[in-house]
Amino acid sequence: MTVTLFIPCFVDLMYPRVAISIVEIFEKLGHKIEYPEELTCCGQPAFNSGYWPEAREVALPVLQRLKNAEAVVIASGSCGAMIKVFYPQLFAGTEHEKAAKELSAKCYEFSDFLVTKLGVTDLGARFPHKVTFHDGCHGLRELGNKKPARDLLAKVRDLELTEMRDAETCCGFGGTFAAKFPMISTAMGEVKCASATETGAEYIVSNDSSCLMHVQGLIDKEGRKLKTIHLAEVLTSK
Amino acid sequence: MSSPSQQFTEQAEVLTHDLRHRDIVQTALRKYEVVRDKSRGAFQDYRSARQAAAETKWEAVNHLDKYLEQLTKNLEARGTKVHWATTGEQAREIILGIIREKKARSIVKSKAMTSEEIHLNHALEHEGFEVVESDLGEFIVQLRKEAPYHIVFPAMHLTRGDIKELFNRELKSTSSDNPEELTMVARRVLRQKYIHADIGFTGANFAIAETGMVSITENEGNARLTAALPKTMITLLGIEKVLPRLEDLALFLPLLATSGTGQALTCYNTMYGGPRQPGETDGPEEWHVVLLDNRRTELLADPEQRDALHCIRCGACLNVCPIFRNVGGHTYGTTYSGPIGSVITPHLRGLQDWKHLSFSSSLCGACSETCPVKIDLAHHLLQNRRNASEQKPSFWWQTGFRMFSFIFNRPALYKLIGPLGRIGQKLHPLVKGTKLDPAYSWTKTREAPKIAPQTFKEYWRNRS
Repeated sequence: MTVTLFIPCFVDLMYPRVAISIVEIFEKLGHKIEYPEELTCCGQPAFNSGYWPEAREVALPVLQRLKNAEAVVIASGSCGAMIKVFYPQLFAGTEHEKAAKELSAKCYEFSDFLVTKLGVTDLGARFPHKVTFHDGCHGLRELGNKKPARDLLAKVRDLELTEMRDAETCCGFGGTFAAKFPMISTAMGEVKCASATETGAEYIVSNDSSCLMHVQGLIDKEGRKLKTIHLAEVLTSK
Repeated sequence: MSSPSQQFTEQAEVLTHDLRHRDIVQTALRKYEVVRDKSRGAFQDYRSARQAAAETKWEAVNHLDKYLEQLTKNLEARGTKVHWATTGEQAREIILGIIREKKARSIVKSKAMTSEEIHLNHALEHEGFEVVESDLGEFIVQLRKEAPYHIVFPAMHLTRGDIKELFNRELKSTSSDNPEELTMVARRVLRQKYIHADIGFTGANFAIAETGMVSITENEGNARLTAALPKTMITLLGIEKVLPRLEDLALFLPLLATSGTGQALTCYNTMYGGPRQPGETDGPEEWHVVLLDNRRTELLADPEQRDALHCIRCGACLNVCPIFRNVGGHTYGTTYSGPIGSVITPHLRGLQDWKHLSFSSSLCGACSETCPVKIDLAHHLLQNRRNASEQKPSFWWQTGFRMFSFIFNRPALYKLIGPLGRIGQKLHPLVKGTKLDPAYSWTKTREAPKIAPQTFKEYWRNRS
């Protein structure tokens, strides 16, 4: 199968290891990777801020470039929800509505694609650490992915998963929300870090780098011992 | 006077740093979650129950004209006087008119968020009437001269100790902070009020079109006393409270209790069918039902967000909302707080003045997930944002997004972000954490993420 990757802008710029890990995983599984280099952002910041015409300007090239793909894998639950759930709304009533719906049907968040579409859970990884898993809200509630990431973690050798209290509670990032209402965003992040710390885990694992960016920012500022790591990096650890 | 948006920001700044508040609210709501889940588990099939409730509300709201007429006809058939109020002001005038006509002096009230919505207590007190809230939580916040903190738990932000101090100060009680003792203090005060009140005022949880009944669900018995003892009863309810059939309560009463307080069923569930009938020995001599629109019909006219009228005011969305849990109910500055408040307040009180509530969300979707009548709350927040920006775009945000799309749609320009960002972050420490820092709203409390030495695009180009 040819897997077309959509690597969100912030993963490209700040977390390239996540994307490289995803490439390694699919190549190891024998799939052909296609990476449309000209694509950058899914348009979510403008969309979430209410500027839908501006969001369409960014989203349209994504839609047009990906429409002929066999399967699109998105390296973030949040951007995945944007393309899969919100593009059909964003383009509703336009000439691109049909294309948006067709694209939606073949888009997958990374962990969901591995487990649900490919039926793969064991990637031969080893990660000898105690971890807790943070469910990114968009992946969890817009895409309905709770199980795939845990199925994958269950097969990682020497990994101990301890669920944190309020694992499904938002970390407080929320895109522009984090800058518009920093005090609320920070308070939510503090609650999240406290829950993760309580578990005694060394790492917070997530399938969404945007949540991890927020949580890591707080951890560094507060000088906590916790570390964050993306699921794909865990799955390529030996 | 600062704008609702400024007040929200200022209050949120205070409350998010109040760790005692955070602890009280988180602790209370974590307990709620446990009992709620237990009660959900008692349903044979909770998902189907939720779906059935959403469909029943859809039916009721989409045929509101029919069901309201039926309700009115059936209420009037047993001698109840039905009044229609288009605005909050009209509702206040109708209620004041009844009270004046009865030459009443004192009014005892059971819990009614609609009365908060129309600022009834203020209007009544302004006219010199005595108004006493009989729900324990409402009684407490009334003594504190505060609005209810939460739709269902008006005093959830207070500890037993806070209430003890309040009662000692305001009621000259000498009670300890034992909840039973505190309840007895309130009970002694309230019993006298029921007996002497001229008017009993209630809200409503549901109104049944088929039988012309109002359903009130409660845990303290205070609504029953409010409705039973005074000679005149007045009930104020929003027009969206109507349900088609009596049998609908078999689903809605347990669903409301489960979502609201985590109980399988609240302790008292009463149906009111009319004033005292000939040959009956008790009950109010007159019953007035005031049906309140107050811009609900504008929400009804919006096909995208009409389902917000499904709301049964259970407060479940507040309870799971991480914004509510950190800023608290009063910060919203409006009768209905939390996600449902953020969705409907712009419709009820003006989009531009209240749009900040829709922006103050991480869009986590916990509200939509928990809503027992499946209101698409998180997506309505997005629609409010879109409507607000379409109606009155902000020059800076719009220009910003246009620049953003200009750069991000041009690979040659996008390619510069990595190298320029690396230079920028070398210079960043010079201003970091100061007001000159362009990322101050982030870096004040969080370290900034770093541009990687090699971006993925750079890696991919080198590889191929």
